[in-house]
Amino acid sequence: MAKRIEVSGLHAYYGGVHAIEDISMTIEPRSVTAFIGPSGCGKSTFLRTLNRMHEVIPGARVEGKVMLDDEDLYDSSVDPVAVRRTVGMVFQRPNPFPTMSIYDNVAAGLKLNGVRKKARLDEIVEESLQGANLWNEVKDRLGKPGAGLSGGQQQRLCIARAIAVQPQVLLMDEPCSALDPISTLAIEDLIGKLKNLYTIVIVTHNMQQAARVSDKTAFFNIAGTGQPGKLIEIDDTSKIFTNPEQKATEDYITGRFG
Amino acid sequence: MSALTTPGERRGATLSPVSPRRKITDRAVQGLVYLAFALAIIPLVSVLWTVIGHGLARLDADFFQFSMNGVSGKDAGGGAYHAIVGTLEQVAITTVIAVPIAVLTAVYLIEYSGNGRLGKVISFFVDVMTGIPSIVAGLFVLALWLLTFGFDFSGFAGSLALAILMIPTVIRATEEMLKLVPNDLREASYALGVPRWRTIVFVVLPTARTGIVTGVMLAVARVMGETAPLLLTIFFTKAINTNAFDGPQGSLPTFIWEQIADSNATAHDRAWTGALVLIALIMLLNLAARLLARGARTTGR
Repeated sequence: MAKRIEVSGLHAYYGGVHAIEDISMTIEPRSVTAFIGPSGCGKSTFLRTLNRMHEVIPGARVEGKVMLDDEDLYDSSVDPVAVRRTVGMVFQRPNPFPTMSIYDNVAAGLKLNGVRKKARLDEIVEESLQGANLWNEVKDRLGKPGAGLSGGQQQRLCIARAIAVQPQVLLMDEPCSALDPISTLAIEDLIGKLKNLYTIVIVTHNMQQAARVSDKTAFFNIAGTGQPGKLIEIDDTSKIFTNPEQKATEDYITGRFG
Repeated sequence: MSALTTPGERRGATLSPVSPRRKITDRAVQGLVYLAFALAIIPLVSVLWTVIGHGLARLDADFFQFSMNGVSGKDAGGGAYHAIVGTLEQVAITTVIAVPIAVLTAVYLIEYSGNGRLGKVISFFVDVMTGIPSIVAGLFVLALWLLTFGFDFSGFAGSLALAILMIPTVIRATEEMLKLVPNDLREASYALGVPRWRTIVFVVLPTARTGIVTGVMLAVARVMGETAPLLLTIFFTKAINTNAFDGPQGSLPTFIWEQIADSNATAHDRAWTGALVLIALIMLLNLAARLLARGARTTGR
């Protein structure tokens, strides 16, 4: 299921603004890679280039290569819609579809891509909700609106929705920043479980979280306002948090920033 | 409340009570707001009062069962059956023509044009269309459909004129509703590998549905009372004509116009009742829209 991501020489732009500069890294399958760094350093932008969501924004474009195993996501023959089916994404704020029930939210990706068989949908919905540790909480009210759940449950619903289309990679853009500590813990447990099946990339502002959940950590930084964001270093999480190569990483992690 | 505002033991400027000046200003502005509200409500109440007062006299079963066929101005009987049927048919056809065009235009403007040149041009012409006087819409259909293409007066010709008036209103209402759909939802759908058009059809439009329905109903109510374009396109008839595509058809606005132009008091009574029925129809439609909107919300938040 899981695939390796290899990024080389990647630049991203918003109109005339150079947002991230020359990023190369390898993201291992069946592992969790965390992106940390100050606000505006391009972590989220970089994450969105990994499933071609960056170009959804008018005027945004990408240069460089992102290899998913042996396919280049940015090859001109590749359909961005197909990329997004392979590389799923969970957003910062839980965003279940307000007009749909819990069941329909999870089934949305399949239904909207033409899966119609009720039995098959039932099976995948249950599997995905169990995969997202939400099944026991919602199994009696699958027909109720998804927006009626708590914030933490909504976020797990969004994770269930993302894994229902059976992606190879799961991108998470600060998935816990709108949640309380209990819900955060539930999501972190879930990440630990999901990494056995997927390649997971998570952007977080919470360094304890990065240390808790990730195998590798990448530190991004920005030289100043208006400058493009850069990858400073990527290494095993334990090494980044105890003995980083770069001075900037150490400064950021220990709070002596700027 | 009083504990906070009574002066006395409070010391220090930061916790002083509300100054008399602010209290007076507050009251004065409050008074002005109520006054403005009363002024706005006077015409509404007055219109309803007059129409109900004059219209009740002929609000009988005959009014809904008979046309004006063979009834002259001074006769007491007759009814508006032909006009009610005409209005309902014309407005239904108008809605069928205008809503798809308007919703698709709004979808293009919001979801696809992305500030492009074509979008700006369309947006400009929608503004121009909003400003078209209703009689000009009637004249346009008269000149094109009746005189150039040679078709006869018909309810359908009236619907064409009304559609011209309805389209820009529905476009603007739909645009506003589509703008309210959070971008998060579109992105969530794209991230599931759902193509854009499916995202629009299955996520964006359902989310905006309540507002779009309300906008359509308001536009329907608006065109239902239009008289000028109908005078030029459906013409007059006293007889029942249920075929909107063939020959002159009645309508409530033209019925009112015809009856009030008559010098007999019996005709005036019919005009008032026609007005009352028209208002009631519009109110019913609005109510139906509200109920529909509420029904749709139960599955939402």
